[in-house]
Amino acid sequence: MTALNRAGWRPEMNSAGGADDTVTFTGNRALMLEEPLIFEIGGSETTGVDFDEDAPAADLGALARTAPIGLPGLSESETVRHYTRLSRQNYAIDLGLFPLGSCTMKHNPRLNEKVARMPGFADAHPLQPQETVQGAYAVIHELAEWLIKLTGMHSVAMSPKAGAHGELCGILCIKAALEARGEDRRVILVPESAHGTNPATAAFAGFTVEDIPATPEGRVDLAALKARLGPDVAGVMITNPNTCGLFERDMKAISDAVHAAGGYVYCDGANFNAIVGRVRPGDLGVDAMHINLHKTFSTPHGGGGPGSGPVVLSEALAPFAPLPFVTRQGDDFRLIEEENASEDHPQTFGRMTAFHGQMGMFTRALTYILSHGADGLKQVAEDAVLNANYVLRSLEDVLDAPFAASGPCMHEALFSDKGLAEGFSTLDIAKGLIDEGYHPMTVYFPLVVHGAMLVEPTETESKAVLDQFIGALRSIALRAKNGDPALKSAPHFAPRARLDETLAARKPVLAWEG
Amino acid sequence: MRYLPLTPDDRAAMLDTIGASSIDDLFADVPAEARLDGPIAGLPNHASELAVERHMGALARRSRAAGEGPFFLGAGAYRHHVPASVDHLIQRGEFLTAYTPYQPEIAQGTLQMLFEFQSQVARLLGTDVANASMYDGSTACWEAIVMARRITKRAKALLSTGLHPHYRSVARTMAKYTGDVLVDGDPTLEAGTDWAALAGSIDKEVSCVVVQYPDILGRIDDMTKLAEACQAAGALLIAVVTEPVALGLIKSPGEMGADIVVGEGQSLGVGLQFGGPYVGLFACKTKYVRQMPGRLCGETVDANGKRGFVLTLSTREQHIRREKATSNICTNSGLCALAFSIHMTLLGEAGLRQLAAINHGRAKAAAAELAKVPGVSVLNASFFNEFTLLLPTAARPVIHKLAEKDILGGVSLGRLYPDNAGLENGLVVAVTETVTEADISAFAAALKEVLA
Repeated sequence: MTALNRAGWRPEMNSAGGADDTVTFTGNRALMLEEPLIFEIGGSETTGVDFDEDAPAADLGALARTAPIGLPGLSESETVRHYTRLSRQNYAIDLGLFPLGSCTMKHNPRLNEKVARMPGFADAHPLQPQETVQGAYAVIHELAEWLIKLTGMHSVAMSPKAGAHGELCGILCIKAALEARGEDRRVILVPESAHGTNPATAAFAGFTVEDIPATPEGRVDLAALKARLGPDVAGVMITNPNTCGLFERDMKAISDAVHAAGGYVYCDGANFNAIVGRVRPGDLGVDAMHINLHKTFSTPHGGGGPGSGPVVLSEALAPFAPLPFVTRQGDDFRLIEEENASEDHPQTFGRMTAFHGQMGMFTRALTYILSHGADGLKQVAEDAVLNANYVLRSLEDVLDAPFAASGPCMHEALFSDKGLAEGFSTLDIAKGLIDEGYHPMTVYFPLVVHGAMLVEPTETESKAVLDQFIGALRSIALRAKNGDPALKSAPHFAPRARLDETLAARKPVLAWEG
Repeated sequence: MRYLPLTPDDRAAMLDTIGASSIDDLFADVPAEARLDGPIAGLPNHASELAVERHMGALARRSRAAGEGPFFLGAGAYRHHVPASVDHLIQRGEFLTAYTPYQPEIAQGTLQMLFEFQSQVARLLGTDVANASMYDGSTACWEAIVMARRITKRAKALLSTGLHPHYRSVARTMAKYTGDVLVDGDPTLEAGTDWAALAGSIDKEVSCVVVQYPDILGRIDDMTKLAEACQAAGALLIAVVTEPVALGLIKSPGEMGADIVVGEGQSLGVGLQFGGPYVGLFACKTKYVRQMPGRLCGETVDANGKRGFVLTLSTREQHIRREKATSNICTNSGLCALAFSIHMTLLGEAGLRQLAAINHGRAKAAAAELAKVPGVSVLNASFFNEFTLLLPTAARPVIHKLAEKDILGGVSLGRLYPDNAGLENGLVVAVTETVTEADISAFAAALKEVLA
């Protein structure tokens, strides 16, 4: 029965048009519109694309595709409606505060989108003759120069496709440097508070991962770290500012100790937004740090990517950077790739991806950087830190803030679930925020805090927005402390109630099976 | 600064609430020697939208856009017409400015789209399941090799010589550090692929055989026998597809028995983008799903019994498993996956088949025309929309001379294999629906002149 919308349909809707006029026939509720899958509404002969010609007959023999593929098509009008309806079931920065700690969900300027679509960038092929793509190389080079100067580092590898890919780049540089020294060090030290990608990256590159303990105030335990250093330690991976939202005061001492023991310092730059323009990681002894262009430099997150993770490198690691990269000779730009690497970059560890990296993100990030300039970027860090501290100090009386006593936070405020009523959890607070019209903060990360709630407002939120958010979170925190049962079943006003994740994992349905 | 809403009064009031006397107090944990007092010297200050657009526009004009004239490049990145509605829809703020759907109640738009994407990809590649995308084809290819090692507990991978050299280079780079053994080599200028020879070298050490389809020289062959040989030896067949439009016309790798199929989805919806961001496709048989890398979206129900979607099987992933994860990947290529999915929905089965057939027909016409140029011949016994020309001289200088005549005439094997002089006369030419008959004639005429 096509009038019934399978997406939002429930058994009790069977008898539409009955006496009870609150029953829905369609499954829709005013502007909350349900949308079926393309497989339920599309047809194998329907298409939204016209061609000017008939296709000539192919002569491919046994290789010719004969069986149906099973791909539904929609007309353009149906397509636009399908995806527009889907989009309305998403929360987004464009709709409101998106305080996901560690993710830096700031406003995405639309000039960046316009520039990325200029034909000289968007409609250029990565293997075009070099003389025909000088402008594209110029963008890569100009962005590289900014990243080097903002971080005070020696050079930058631009090709990594995302943060975790950048981590891999840095770790491979360390491996190659150790190999060049003829040393086989197998251990990478990682704090317990690290992003999951850090240990996963080190393991993916063949290292053994060992934890570094934290001090009670949420920072790396320098004494414990020093005690563990030795000839088997290749390096450390430290996030700074760290995932508890704190600046690692001992960063320089950590770097010095690691260097003295023959290791290298990898810095996870996910939180660079807090210090851009105010602190240069190069001054802290860092050897490699990835920069998530989709965080600090505002390239859109796109519902989960694409990211971009250039890695700035110290002089010690620069010779091992991956191919390809762009160099400048006067007004001209040249690509260093496999064919000329033996002369110009002989110690490279190799190649991480096809082509040159995330060009579309480079154009957006450079546009963002030029818009802000050196003064604006410094203001970005200051406002981001100010906003986070404002949230921290405005809520520490109702929510447990485990590290609040150790001083100001950086760009994100960390709370725990301590003090909530029996049976109430961080998850209930998160779902309650949804009903108040907010995307929840990062929850249950970092792992070092019980029921962690990590709030990163970013610098693009006004005081009025923060005041309203603080009020909402305060009210929900009090409800959770008082054991309001309505919170347990939140959200009540979202397109969906809580979803059964156990069912999804126990009986995986990963593709349309109709 | 137009993106920063706090006023000086706001800042003062907020510092007051915090109990700090100045912004510097909030940076007190930064050691004095690492603090910068003013803006970093030598960098310009903020600029207006007009000024930035002017600067970036000048840089853009220093690159030649593919659409400016006859264009025949492929080799892993293909220029197809992308319908206007695709770019309109992916710029809706609810898609563009959303995060990874970790709160599914308010991310059903992204999640349903990913479920549809996974379903489209699985069907196109002829497999049971696909994930929510990888960074690109080259990284997906390496992840497939690692996955085959996990499944077979063997660490030797045979790479077909027709694998894209960048993909091979990525795999070689990673294998140096992971201990995987790769058997690989450059292609030779033969009309067919090397798959038969490859089948003969599968031994009990081999985890997987990696073949590209169509391959780097544009050649297509039936991989059924290779799949059988893999199966007999307990190895997996990994197929790599860098031009998914081809699968509208030729059999899918899954149909021919491939266990894992990876690819580059850039052809649909994404555009050339000077190499990225692109969208990696990753698909496999159901029995291997728990060994897959990357995000997966699955169907479930909510507390009211309504259908909904969530990210699932995340115990494979780094944020849960940390150093024991199947991969360190975190981000997928969500917005590019959306572009791919919208373009595929617009095409539908009928549109995709017609698009593929037009590409093939146009490429056949171009091959015939170019083969008439004195001294030029076509290598391939069969191809989809890309083929290799053999020139009487090294192709690389020819490319530059053609560019002077405003023709971007393909990718020379000299660029792709700079150390192999035996390949230097080869030129890989891609012909999509964006190429006109006039473009083909202009290319043939210019090639004739350059070679004369």
